[in-house]
Amino acid sequence: MVKVKLWGTLRQWTDGQQEVEVEGRTFKQVLDNLAATYPGLAPQIKRGVSLAVDGVIYRDAWLQPIAPGAEVVLMPFMKGG
Amino acid sequence: MALDDKKSRFKYVGTTPNRPDGVDKVTGKAQYGADITAPGMLTGAILRSPHPHARIVSIDTSAAEAIPGVRAVVTGKDFAPVEDQGFADIGETCMARDKVLYDGHPVAAVAATTPAIAKAAIRAIKVEYAPLPHVTDVDEAMRPDAPVVLEGRALEHVPAGMSQNVTNTCEFGHGDVEAGFAKADLVLERSFKVAAAHQGYIEPHACMASVTSDGRADLYCCTQGHFFVRAVCSALMGMEASQLRVTASEIGGGFGGKTTVFIEPVALMLSKKSGRPVKLVMTRDEVFKASGPTVHASIDCKIGMTKDGRITAGDMTLRYSGGAWPSGTIEMGAQAGFAAYDMPAVRTIGWTALTNRPKEISYRAPGAPQAVYAVEAVIDEMCQQLGLDPLKTRLKNAAAKGTLSSYGVTFDEIGMVATLEAAQAHPHWSAPLGPNQGRGVAAGFWFNFGGNTCVTLNINTDGTASVTEGNPDIGGSRASISLMAAEELGIRYENVRTIVADTASLGYNDNTDGSRVTFAVGLATIKAARAAIKVMCERAAALWGIDAEAVDWIDGAAHPSGPNAGKFPPMTLAEIAAQSFQTGGPIAGHHEVNVDGAGVSFGVHICDVEVDPETGHTLVKRYTVVQDAGKAVHPTYVEGQMQGGAVQGIGWALNEEYIYGKDGRLQNAGFLDYRIPVASDLPKIDTVILEIPNPGHPYGVRGVGETPIVPPLAAVTNAVSRTIGKRMYQVPMSPPRILSAIKGA
Repeated sequence: MVKVKLWGTLRQWTDGQQEVEVEGRTFKQVLDNLAATYPGLAPQIKRGVSLAVDGVIYRDAWLQPIAPGAEVVLMPFMKGG
Repeated sequence: MALDDKKSRFKYVGTTPNRPDGVDKVTGKAQYGADITAPGMLTGAILRSPHPHARIVSIDTSAAEAIPGVRAVVTGKDFAPVEDQGFADIGETCMARDKVLYDGHPVAAVAATTPAIAKAAIRAIKVEYAPLPHVTDVDEAMRPDAPVVLEGRALEHVPAGMSQNVTNTCEFGHGDVEAGFAKADLVLERSFKVAAAHQGYIEPHACMASVTSDGRADLYCCTQGHFFVRAVCSALMGMEASQLRVTASEIGGGFGGKTTVFIEPVALMLSKKSGRPVKLVMTRDEVFKASGPTVHASIDCKIGMTKDGRITAGDMTLRYSGGAWPSGTIEMGAQAGFAAYDMPAVRTIGWTALTNRPKEISYRAPGAPQAVYAVEAVIDEMCQQLGLDPLKTRLKNAAAKGTLSSYGVTFDEIGMVATLEAAQAHPHWSAPLGPNQGRGVAAGFWFNFGGNTCVTLNINTDGTASVTEGNPDIGGSRASISLMAAEELGIRYENVRTIVADTASLGYNDNTDGSRVTFAVGLATIKAARAAIKVMCERAAALWGIDAEAVDWIDGAAHPSGPNAGKFPPMTLAEIAAQSFQTGGPIAGHHEVNVDGAGVSFGVHICDVEVDPETGHTLVKRYTVVQDAGKAVHPTYVEGQMQGGAVQGIGWALNEEYIYGKDGRLQNAGFLDYRIPVASDLPKIDTVILEIPNPGHPYGVRGVGETPIVPPLAAVTNAVSRTIGKRMYQVPMSPPRILSAIKGA
């Protein structure tokens, strides 16, 4: 299981929890399981999100391994100028 | 063959050779977007709405079409709807469909044999509008009774009952904010306004499109990302991506403003309908009215602090408007606002609302300057009230390794403390000030990004190397990429040439944005060079009759790795390259990757100003930028990024502003009335580059282009406020606003 921190707006889709636990060993598995467990998160995940894993922000890195115990933070899809 | 992944001693990286494009640029040889021509080319022109908000009742193009020399007329009806909402929104910024949503919104376009005929044809088009109420201010747009710009665009998490203009909300943070405020000796809440600013690039948008009768097309344009241009244009034109080749011209500035399209699909459609190449070039008036400025913002920021300067809590509400279409910039600003500090309790709430303005597009560190401005201005005012040193106070609260950031991530090694300490040690910080002068300081933060990147590196038979990459060179990246290739290959910088290829020549490359190019393209170049080196080691090994694993690559030559590998003299890259046809064929390396691990960046700016109490005019007397830049591949370019970002931030702080009249029309669409700073307005911007390596890059490179625009709004504000003895809560601080503050009006 991986603990995923969410940003505050998303609490309304996770029964008020800002940190949830889902199965998953990769970026994509974690996102798929988040969307399956908490369907309210699905539209946001479909629009695009990033995952910070132990401080490194990943975008679209479906195959990025996520170790149990890693700090995983769901973030909006990040972009620059 | 062994290659260390990380490198810390360099021969070429860190030097400052002349930029390869420099001579062509200063002698006028370089080809920018408007310089591209083709036989039989037509001139395009665009008719734009004079209304900020109106329904299009009808468009009669018959008179225009009847003018001799007019070869095509295009309206929104020529573009089929597309499914992708993001592309659809971009398409509507290029050509309105049923409604016009801002002053300058395109409604029709023509292609004609001369510019004069095109202009006459534009005047001959008759558009009947039904004007609608408009709104151009974010606070007004959020009111329940505000005119609705677009219906049904709110995201699912926006609470019911709000104005339909409110399309997004977000919240970030941790800890008990109210409990944090209860522990403070001083709680200060202030409200701020930040005007929309334009990137102010010198080169207007320009393109030349040529669609052939068999449905293929070539497009030349000035852009920060021709692969994205291909993606959006092929979708809007209903073409396969493979049939549209996009070539990026030289670019006269972008800063985020050329990460989308405004005219390219129109030029393609005009070319398709006319069967001729079509050039479209925006005027400066069009650039201001109808390309993308930043969001404008309204902000409430509350911070609690103990009397010895420890921040106990922060709470901020950001309201951004990115014009007439939904914008995601709020999320970036809300995450960045408090990111420089270690805070036990922090909350940032963001809102986005639609207004009758052009669609916002990125500008260096999109969303961060506005949010950080509010935080840094409140901290400075608290330091004044509590009699605290502003740098020591920031140091006391600085984020460091192990800090839980305001956006949820626990920081690893970061450079916030180092930048503050370097600012403290800089002579600027302790220099005396004269009459009517004051000093301000502010910190800033940006994330930096990597992204999709492809590089091919060819070893030429004469011992030189050609690097092919896919990111338009805005800040000198071709030189930086060549330096990294030379470093890795072990050949002279002068023996490497880097070119930016068209969309048919490489896989997809993300835009030149997010401070990503030197980091991501550099990383891919290093990996491509290593792939070529691997081949060269194999060739040498084969010629020597030894195992390829027993060959090392040192200073541009293959060497037997030890006595057991055999006694052979080193074989240079030039020697291996010269024999490549006989040893298996041409040698190349390539690397394709979606890079992550860009590494965050912090900056601290010190600003001295002198304010004329009679006129309210502000002169920046001295300015210093300190930034953790990672390894500086080409230090002069790094300095240039730091200075350029600071100058743009100074302009935003003092003068730059989109001014809309009560009629909803832009009042200052030109550089006479939209005043950007020029060289005579500014002192030399001093820079301190802190080379704190990024662990995510083989050479420790991190992005540098965006962080330097984050601190200036507050650094200048804090300097002006300390000079005049009144706090300023709005940027730009134009002379009338400063005079008004001085007079207490």
